[in-house]
Amino acid sequence: MRELTEKARAEIAAAGSSAQLEQVRVRYLGRRAELPLLLRGVAQLPPEQRAEVGRQANLARRDLEALIAERMETLAVGEMQGRLAADAIDVTLPGSPTVPVGRLHVLTQTTRELEDIFLGLGFTVLEGPEVETVHYNFDALNHGKTHPARARTDTFYLSNEVVLRTHTSPMQIRAMEAHPPPLYVVIPGRVFRPDSDATHTPQFHQIEGLAVDEDITLADLKGTLLAFARAVFGDERQVRLRPHFFPFTEPSVEVDVSCFQCSGSGSMRDGSRCALCKGEGWLEVLGAGEVDPNVYSAVPDTERNAPGYDPEKVQGYAWGMGIERIAMLKHGIPDLRLYFENDLRFLGQFG
Amino acid sequence: MRVPTEWLLQYCDPHLEVAEIARRLTMTGTKVEAIHHHGVGEQDRFLVGRILKVRPHPAADRLQVCEVDLGAARADGPATIVCGAPNVAAGQAVAIALPGAVMPDGGTLKQAKLRGVRSEGMILSAEELNIGPNDGGILVLADQPGPGTRLSQVLPIATEVLELEVTPNRPDCLAIYGVARELHAATSAPLSRPPWQEDEGSAGELDAVAVKVACPELCPRFTARVFEEVEVGPSPLWLAARLIAAGQRPINNVVDITNYVMLLTGQPMHAFDLDEVAGSQLTVRCARDGETLVTLDGERRTLSAKMVVIDDASGPTSLAGVMGGGRSEVRGHTRRVLMEAASWDGPSIHATSSALGLRSEASARFEKGLAPEQCMHAQAVAAHLMRVVCKARLLPGTLDICEPLPPPLRLRLRGARLRSILGVDVARERQVEILRSLDFEVHACGEDLEVTVPPQRRGDVSREADLIEEVARIDGLERLPATLPARRGAYGLLSPSQRLRRRVQDALVGAGLFEVVGWTFCSRSAVEQLTLDRARTHDWSTRAVEVENPLSEEQSLLRPTLLRSLLCSAAHNAVRGMRDLRLFEVGTVFMRDGAGEQEATGVESSVVAQQTGVLERRSLGVLLHGAVRPESWRERQQEEADFYALKGVMEAIGAALHIGGDVLRCEPFTGEGQPFLHPLRAGEVICANRSIGWIGELHPRALLDGLGGCAAMELDFDALIDVALAHAAERRHLDLISFPELRRDIAVVLPAEVPAERVRSAVLSAEGPRRSLLQDVRIFDVYSGPQIGEGRRSLALSLSFRAAARTLSEQDVAPVLAKIVAQLEALGGQLRG
Repeated sequence: MRELTEKARAEIAAAGSSAQLEQVRVRYLGRRAELPLLLRGVAQLPPEQRAEVGRQANLARRDLEALIAERMETLAVGEMQGRLAADAIDVTLPGSPTVPVGRLHVLTQTTRELEDIFLGLGFTVLEGPEVETVHYNFDALNHGKTHPARARTDTFYLSNEVVLRTHTSPMQIRAMEAHPPPLYVVIPGRVFRPDSDATHTPQFHQIEGLAVDEDITLADLKGTLLAFARAVFGDERQVRLRPHFFPFTEPSVEVDVSCFQCSGSGSMRDGSRCALCKGEGWLEVLGAGEVDPNVYSAVPDTERNAPGYDPEKVQGYAWGMGIERIAMLKHGIPDLRLYFENDLRFLGQFG
Repeated sequence: MRVPTEWLLQYCDPHLEVAEIARRLTMTGTKVEAIHHHGVGEQDRFLVGRILKVRPHPAADRLQVCEVDLGAARADGPATIVCGAPNVAAGQAVAIALPGAVMPDGGTLKQAKLRGVRSEGMILSAEELNIGPNDGGILVLADQPGPGTRLSQVLPIATEVLELEVTPNRPDCLAIYGVARELHAATSAPLSRPPWQEDEGSAGELDAVAVKVACPELCPRFTARVFEEVEVGPSPLWLAARLIAAGQRPINNVVDITNYVMLLTGQPMHAFDLDEVAGSQLTVRCARDGETLVTLDGERRTLSAKMVVIDDASGPTSLAGVMGGGRSEVRGHTRRVLMEAASWDGPSIHATSSALGLRSEASARFEKGLAPEQCMHAQAVAAHLMRVVCKARLLPGTLDICEPLPPPLRLRLRGARLRSILGVDVARERQVEILRSLDFEVHACGEDLEVTVPPQRRGDVSREADLIEEVARIDGLERLPATLPARRGAYGLLSPSQRLRRRVQDALVGAGLFEVVGWTFCSRSAVEQLTLDRARTHDWSTRAVEVENPLSEEQSLLRPTLLRSLLCSAAHNAVRGMRDLRLFEVGTVFMRDGAGEQEATGVESSVVAQQTGVLERRSLGVLLHGAVRPESWRERQQEEADFYALKGVMEAIGAALHIGGDVLRCEPFTGEGQPFLHPLRAGEVICANRSIGWIGELHPRALLDGLGGCAAMELDFDALIDVALAHAAERRHLDLISFPELRRDIAVVLPAEVPAERVRSAVLSAEGPRRSLLQDVRIFDVYSGPQIGEGRRSLALSLSFRAAARTLSEQDVAPVLAKIVAQLEALGGQLRG
């Protein structure tokens, strides 16, 4: 038996793989192996030898089982290491492409951002036709018959009475025709003017705001646009209202936002002039004002919609801004024409 | 409008830095676009010199060497200056620039050697100082200021110029005095009396000329005065310098006076050589169609009946309110001058100047509407200047043909209204002060004010709202608090269709597509290229909408389809080496609204279309080109984007909107199809049993240069969204979890020409009109080959069954399967395996 266990020990130590070790186990500890047979044969021994031989054989078996388990673990660790080593890859190679990443156009992204700001302020979003009548585009918006914007150098005409809208403002009238006050809407959309150079394209986009109720003041306009300016350009921004003239608002103002690049100081830390605001400290961003009484009077007071836009009873504000301009300011886009070339190297940076 | 501050401050001087003056004007509504420096820089380098001696230059015939006394300004005796002017002479007081002086063109004068003689400065002409015209010589200072005097003390050699953006409602600010009034209101600095306060002329008959106004509605006032013994010549430097600084070119003193008066008062004038006015008579009348007139700029203009001309006895001599004629212009020999100041109808002047493409300083003012009262302002200032500058003698009397002046406009300004519009209170005393500073007459009337509008503001201020603006802008909008409106009943929410449109765009981005924004404009030839055949009359080509005044032929139509702009965007990228393109666009397409619209396109004409005659639709376009996925080191060759790749995008849209294959699908064209599509690899997009667009691979001849094969589709976006909305409205919860579904796959061999969609719908209809167990049919394999037989193909279908309240067994679905097999056999099919 000693001989047997010595031999088994040597074979366990020599086993080079878990499969060889399993063979050794079967040979010495399997059902037909010598050691179990020896144990089974204990019964035939004389009683005085039985206990001692049985004890020895059991000891030998346990000893071998423990050795095998230990050896098995050592071998398994090595074998696992070998298998993993064979699986080695270069983790620095590029990954397999998933579905490629698409992008929203920067104008859509900016429009949504603006819409969302005003949705948060309680406005709803309306859209309107790009082809408009002279009535909605000019007459109802209190443009005098000789207002220069009506000139064929300033407006695309489809006929004497039909134009490509030059601003989103005609929807002010259509919105008021469709809904009685109070009214809180923003109107994004494409507009057209016959200009073409680095700072003008014959098509561009605006977003219009209109709020009409019993008591909406110029101070409310300032507060609304301050909220907009901070949402778009940062919490530190200020707004400045400058008197101006638009036919469809009275009083009319242009709205400047304090420059976010130089914090409104006009100069950079190194003392150089701020290139974004050209040293002004302010960025001209939009036109606005209290809705002109004549605009309310242009909303027909028919029995069907009976909207009741009586300039003595309602008042409100309107504003309009260029979406391209907002995106240009925010992202430093240098040329309007980039928006409509749709070069993927441009589009891929936004959206 | 260019306003030299040197001139402006004569009438109102707030003793502020120019930048602060500009800020105050800007913040009260007269925007200063820029502050220009006009004239010389380094003003202490410009002195008065006295020429002591002049000797010929040793090496140049035309040059002379002068010894110039610069007085105390130069310690080491007279300076040596080389001069080439013919009129230089000893004893003259002249203008000297010393090295370091900055000339009006921005150049810096350096010490120079001229043909071997060192020159320590430069003797200047009026033109070099930019204060007068070229008169061929140096400027000789007639009143002999002492040598060493700073030149800026005797000549207007430098001023700041404010460049104003004047809005069209404020023609009164196209005048120096008008801007001075604004500055007065903005700063409370005192305002000088108007320059027309004293009139040297007199009212009464004027015999020297006869004037008839035949169209008083277009000429509410015509005034004229006559000057004799006029000495025509160059203007004095102070006058010429102001005109130049304001951006005008001096001509002669009489013409310069008319321009000066216009710049100062805002009222244009015209000077006639009275001896050239045939018959000494003028008639103001409407032109005849086709009549011609040579204007001062030498152009022969063809007139129409809506224009106004001024005739003398031999015909038209002047285009009223726009430009004078050449025949009676004031020249050097002129002795008798008729000075005209008239008032013209703004819209008529605007129409004339637009029709002729002729804009002048005068027309720019008249078209905005000037007050008839202003004519006499101009006459008063001109009378003074004609005497002082031209030594002219003013004949007594003023010709004045005037319609009754409009009555004074009185408005009420309610204190409560002012507060309610602005959202802030302005003290009543402050309201009064502001309005008075702007030349309004104001009387208190309880809580309110009774306000009379001055004539020059009549066109702009006619309502209470306009007065509120006047008070607000001068009081300072900086004072306004920032508040938010009450927003009663307002809630911010996108409409359901706006939300779904965003969802589709997001789904396309998620599927790897780039959104593009193309041009609304396209050319006729681009549309014809898409119809392939010029002679072919295709609905959307013949009904394309034309722009009457396009910027170019390239932009003369409004796009009838998004395909063109998608192709342009694709070509732009492809020729720059970006070949794998997945693009989409959402945009408006246009068609003339016509009778039978609904039949032709299935789209209802809208109220707006009836107003404009143009039918607009929101369209969704997709274009794929090149590989569907980027290539990688593991997969070099990627599939090329073809019909099925694009149809996958269509199905992704359907999935995003919860309208799967039953609602949004593609079918072969029933009619002619689209000319720009491959005839056999394209189809119609059907949504809720209505055609809403097309999908397919493009016809090779419809492609642009630089593009390989493309697959594209275009859908009526609003129609798609409407269907999705209708489905969203019906949606209720279904329990799909408690009881599992049962799947069965079958394969069926059919004649190859039976469309897959027909097989699918046959299977789906097997249970009869009301499906109970069969939930869905998916085609997961298509096979054709020798085992199947010629003209046949095998489709593998995955069927899923479900019951609402139990787990299905084989026995449950067996009868349905039998019905399905029967349906397939009816199509000529045979079950495989």
